[in-house]
Amino acid sequence: MSEIQQETIDQVEALAGKYEAGFVTDIETEKAPKGLSEDIVRFISAKKNEPEWMLEKRLKAYRQWLEMPEPEWAKLDIEPIDYQDSYYYAAPKDLADGPKTIDDVDPALLETYEKLGIPLREQEILAGVQERTPVAVDAVFDSVSVATTFKEKLREAGVIFCSISEAIQEHPELVKKYMGSVVPPGDNKHACLNSAVFTDGSFVYIPEGVRCPMELSTYFRINELNTGQFERTLIIADKGSYVSYLEGCTAPMRDENQLHAAIVELIALDDAEIKYSTVQNWYPGDFETGKGGIYNFVTKRGICEGRNSKISWTQVETGSAITWKYPSCILKGDNSQGEFYSVAITNGRQQADTGTKMIHIGKNTKSRIISKGISAGKSNNTYRGQVKINAGAEGARNFTVCDSLLIGDQCGAHTVPYIESKNKSASLEHEATTSKIGEDQLFYCMQRGLSEEEAIALIVNGFAREVMQELPMEFAVEAQKLVGISLEGSVG
Amino acid sequence: MITIKDLKANVETDDAKDGETSIEILKGLSLDIPEGEVHAIMGPNGSGKSTLSYVLAGREDYEVTGGSVKLDGEDLLELDPEERAAAGLFLAFQYPVEIPGVNMSTFLKTSINAIRKQRGEDELDALALLKLMKAKCAELGIKDDMMKRAVNVGFSGGEKKRNEVLQMAMLEPKFCVLDETDSGLDIDALKVVADGVNALRDPKRSFLIITHYQRLLDYIKPDVVHILANGQIIKSGGPELALELEKKGYAEFVGEAA
Repeated sequence: MSEIQQETIDQVEALAGKYEAGFVTDIETEKAPKGLSEDIVRFISAKKNEPEWMLEKRLKAYRQWLEMPEPEWAKLDIEPIDYQDSYYYAAPKDLADGPKTIDDVDPALLETYEKLGIPLREQEILAGVQERTPVAVDAVFDSVSVATTFKEKLREAGVIFCSISEAIQEHPELVKKYMGSVVPPGDNKHACLNSAVFTDGSFVYIPEGVRCPMELSTYFRINELNTGQFERTLIIADKGSYVSYLEGCTAPMRDENQLHAAIVELIALDDAEIKYSTVQNWYPGDFETGKGGIYNFVTKRGICEGRNSKISWTQVETGSAITWKYPSCILKGDNSQGEFYSVAITNGRQQADTGTKMIHIGKNTKSRIISKGISAGKSNNTYRGQVKINAGAEGARNFTVCDSLLIGDQCGAHTVPYIESKNKSASLEHEATTSKIGEDQLFYCMQRGLSEEEAIALIVNGFAREVMQELPMEFAVEAQKLVGISLEGSVG
Repeated sequence: MITIKDLKANVETDDAKDGETSIEILKGLSLDIPEGEVHAIMGPNGSGKSTLSYVLAGREDYEVTGGSVKLDGEDLLELDPEERAAAGLFLAFQYPVEIPGVNMSTFLKTSINAIRKQRGEDELDALALLKLMKAKCAELGIKDDMMKRAVNVGFSGGEKKRNEVLQMAMLEPKFCVLDETDSGLDIDALKVVADGVNALRDPKRSFLIITHYQRLLDYIKPDVVHILANGQIIKSGGPELALELEKKGYAEFVGEAA
């Protein structure tokens, strides 16, 4: 083995604690008893002071969940999950009785978010970003929303941005109408679990004709040991409105696997547009042994309900021990459009099975899928995507590109497209490539002064450029750095 | 400036003979290039020309088994490729590599700042870099729009080589190795590249020009010409040696040495 390779291995060893978000916040927490039962479901609902109809929804989902099988079709090797060994509710003690003003929030929490680069005090946010528009943040810590910033400013524009718990209290008509309309509880076992035990998440409503004046974002953080996070996000864009929404996530380094089973539902009415971006950096588990890390089982789906509506998903997936995630679009309105831009990076022992579904129902509906998978270490990375053209979808069009990049010779990349068309006028294109990062490329960059790891980060960012450029500016730079960090130690 | 002493190197090979996984290509090569001089190395196919450039730059798969290489007294063989670049060594590639999705300005910025960082200098900001790029492009007659294109992707042979010279100009190395820069160039492109190199000639900078043909040396006048055969320098002389070689062919010289 050459000197360069040995050195890289040494670096990897030195970087054993390199997952920068891996710290734990020491804070007093109120938890539900361990395990899952009807009582726990009732406990969560009671904690949130929920109306009876919400509790009924939860209990119905819980009973259904007991009967449902685990989804086993993905190319993932998952240890059986002991659902009784997890906590389903954990909240920082001073927040257990519901949200308060930012001044009541434990400084340790504010510090946590600051450390992660997300200040929650509005004056600090404003001080830090004078040159650009600030981003409104809903910060979810374990099971509860800690703070939502810029609520007032958004309210002036008619935009509702709050935690889902608050929305259940304040806007029950919208929640009743839309929650579960895109992802029903029986969709899959993970979504069903979420429907029973979801604890918090974000709610957004953009009224007719309004262009949301700032980027909205939610920052998810799992802190407690053995605690699952089950959040729900519901975004409704009324006629002719526009919103761009960002989601970020991190967790401490733990030896145990932690479950994250989320649901995101998007609804776009006539001429509305929703842009949803995710930078996912959950703890991926130990680099060498694969011990620990987050099981990321997420159901994300949007419906283009109205004519000329558009939903665009962009995701940069770098973390999690296991990623099981298929942000999808139901293109129901005529002329509606769905987009999916994805960069999925796996390293160490990570496994990802991710992709999208584009269901064409309306006439002249269009979808575009750009997927860039990067596999390194001993990881496995699968693109799984479905494009379905229903009989009534006259003139539907889809364009799919799926590119895989391999680093080293112990990782795997797989592409599993499902294409189904019931309308002769539809046009579908699918392109796929697989390549290896070249010794020639690495040497060329290194001769120009880049270290091997800098060279890999540069080459991979180039490979993923089409997707990265879809990210809002605020996220793009972070995401590029993250690509570099998550590929550290990928050669050797 | 650069002193190579009795350099021996093996290259790893896939077609193993008698259980050997590497073969010796450089067999005791010695060379001394003083500051500010331009030396040319000419040699037949398989004589070890490209191996020499890769060994100097520190490419994997090339194993040094003996000898030394010193740049201003610093032992290059102890350094990683990127450290050699920071020490002032630049290799203009025979086949510049494509990097899809990475535009030239990003590449140059990353490269310059990686080198500055290694030298403990402050990174250049975007504006300073842009100015520098514009100035160097203008000097070399390169259109700015090349900076927006992905590194070497869809570049013509001439553009690729001009791009190498541009990078050389931006990084301001002490010692430049040009590996068969003339290959694949028509006479016009060759002139442009040679002009670029000549503009970079400096009393503080040395060049090693590796080539098959005398043609390039019509445009870049060397101080010394060496003939490389079978992994060793077998003869050195002034520019006239290249002309003589062109007339007689390699066989005569190689025979002479044997």
